[in-house]
Amino acid sequence: MIRDITIGQYYPAKSCIHRLDPRVKIVCTLLFLISLFVQNSVLGYGIATLYLAVVIKASRVPLKFIVKGLKAIVVLLLFTVCMQLFLTRGGRDLVHFWIFHITENGLRTAVFMAVRLIYLIMGSSIMTFTTTPNGLTDGIESLLRPLNRFRVPVHEVAMMMSIALRFIPLLLEETDKIMKAQIARGADLESGNLIQRTKAMVPILIPLFVSAFRRANDLAMAMESRCYNGGENRTKMKPLIYRGRDYTAYTATIVYLAAVFVLGRFVPFHLWIF
Amino acid sequence: MEHLNYVYSQGTAYEKQALKDVSLEIPQGQFAGIIGHTGSGKSTLIQHLNGLLRASSGALYYDGKNIYDNGYPLRELRSQVGLVFQYPEHQLFEVDVFTDVCFGPKNQGLSAEECEARAREALELVGFPEKYYRQSPFELSGGQKRRAAIAGVLAMRPRVLVLDEPTAGLDPKGRDDILEQVAHLHAQTGMTVVLVSHSMEDIARYVERIIVMNQGEKMLDDTPRNVFSHYRELEQVGLAAPQVTYMMHDLKERGLGVCTDVTTVEEAADEIVRAVGSGSL
Repeated sequence: MIRDITIGQYYPAKSCIHRLDPRVKIVCTLLFLISLFVQNSVLGYGIATLYLAVVIKASRVPLKFIVKGLKAIVVLLLFTVCMQLFLTRGGRDLVHFWIFHITENGLRTAVFMAVRLIYLIMGSSIMTFTTTPNGLTDGIESLLRPLNRFRVPVHEVAMMMSIALRFIPLLLEETDKIMKAQIARGADLESGNLIQRTKAMVPILIPLFVSAFRRANDLAMAMESRCYNGGENRTKMKPLIYRGRDYTAYTATIVYLAAVFVLGRFVPFHLWIF
Repeated sequence: MEHLNYVYSQGTAYEKQALKDVSLEIPQGQFAGIIGHTGSGKSTLIQHLNGLLRASSGALYYDGKNIYDNGYPLRELRSQVGLVFQYPEHQLFEVDVFTDVCFGPKNQGLSAEECEARAREALELVGFPEKYYRQSPFELSGGQKRRAAIAGVLAMRPRVLVLDEPTAGLDPKGRDDILEQVAHLHAQTGMTVVLVSHSMEDIARYVERIIVMNQGEKMLDDTPRNVFSHYRELEQVGLAAPQVTYMMHDLKERGLGVCTDVTTVEEAADEIVRAVGSGSL
C-alpha cells in the first residue's frame, strides 16, 4: 500500500547517469529547474523536453516509474492550472460563460505552468532515482562546504539529512507492520467518516512514534559508542572525484542552457497563441 | 492452502518470489510449528493465513471456504485467526494494558462489559499479573509487554492462534515462560496453534508437527521425530536439529545402542539410561 510512493526513491540500475558524480547530478538538476522557470517560449520547452527525454533514456529508469511519481502532485497540478486558467486576465477571450472567462493569456500561463511543474517533478525524480541517498548527501555536503567559512555546520546538516533519508524506508516498513498488526486485531482503517478515520489512525501513530523515538535513541547510542563527533578531520571512504564523464555531463548541460536561452529568446517561433 | 504463490513488488526492480507453490493443510486443534531460515518465507506464509496478504495465485480455504472469493468476510476471518506478529509489543498503544487488550474485542463490536470480561480472561490465560493491569504498557518489562500483546490477540477469542517468533529477543527464562504458556493454552482451550520460529530447540518440545520452509518452498512436513532424522539436510539449509539429536547420533556412532529419534532432553536422558541399563555397551 505505502510502497507505491515512488517519489524520492532510488531505482537500482546500471547506467551512465547512475555512475555520474552526485555533485554533477545535483548541479545539473538545479540548472535544469532554473531553465524551466526563466523562459517562456515553445521552442525553449521543446529543447527542455528533448534534454529530459535523453536523460531519462540514458538513465534506464522505466518511464512508467517516473510517471508514477507524478501521482503525488496531481491535486496541486489541477489546482494551479485551474487558478491560472480562470483568474488570469488579458488577451482575447477564448471561452466565456457566466462569470468565467478563459483568456489567451490564461490558457498560455496555465499550460506553461503545468509543463513546468511536471518537468520539475520529473527532473528532480530522475536525480533521486539515479543517486543513492548516501551519494546525494555526500554531494550536498561537498557542494555546501564553502559555507563552513560562515560557521554553517555543513557536515552536521548533511549527516542529519542522510539519517532522515535512511529512516524513511525504515519507518514505512514499520508503519506497514503496525498497520497489519492492528488490522489483525480488527482495526478498521478504511471505512467511516473523516473523524472516525482520524481516530482509527491513533493505534498506528502512537506505536509509530514510540518506535521512532526508540530507533533514534538506539542510533544515537550506537554513534556515541563509536566515538562519533562530527565533521572535523573526518575522511571519507569514497571521496568524490570528478572524472571525464562528469565534465561531459557539465558541458552537455551548459550547451542545453545556452540553447534554451539563445534559441528560446531570439528565434521567433510561434504556435497558435503560444 | 493450495499451491500458494506470492511475489513481492511484482513488476518492479525489486521483484522477488517469496513463496513457491506451497500447499498445506492444518487440521483444527493441531499444534504446528513452522521453521525456516531468515528469509525463507515463514512470515510471508503466515500473513496469508488471515488474509493480510493476498496470494498472487493459488487458493486458501478456511473451514472449506475459499477466502479469496468475492464477498468473503475477511474481518470475520481475522477475528477467527489471531495473528501475533514478531515483536508484538510494538503494537501496544493504549494508556494502560487493560484498555489495550480491549481493543480487539471492541473492534468486534462487543459491549463494554463483554470486552472487559474477555480482556480479563485473555490476560489470565497468558499469566499476566493482575497488579499491572492499569499500568502503562510502555513501562513494563519485555516479557510482560509481550504477554500483554499476545493477550490483545487472544481477547478476540480466535479459533486459530498464529505466533510469529514469539520468543525473539527474550532471555531464556522469558522464552521458556512464553512457550510454556502457549502450550498450556493449547492444552486448555484446544485451539489450533501455529508457532513460527527459527530455533528447533524451541519448537521440538511442544509441537506435534513441523513444517520446514526453505527459500519459499515447503521442504519437509512431518512429526518432529521424522523431521529431525533428516538432520543432515537441515544443516545444508542453515538449520540445525536440536542438540540432543546430535548427541544421540554421536553416542550411537560410538557404539551405544540408543535410539536416535528422541526430541527432548528428558527423552534423551531416559533413552540413555535404558540403553546403559540394558547392558548394550
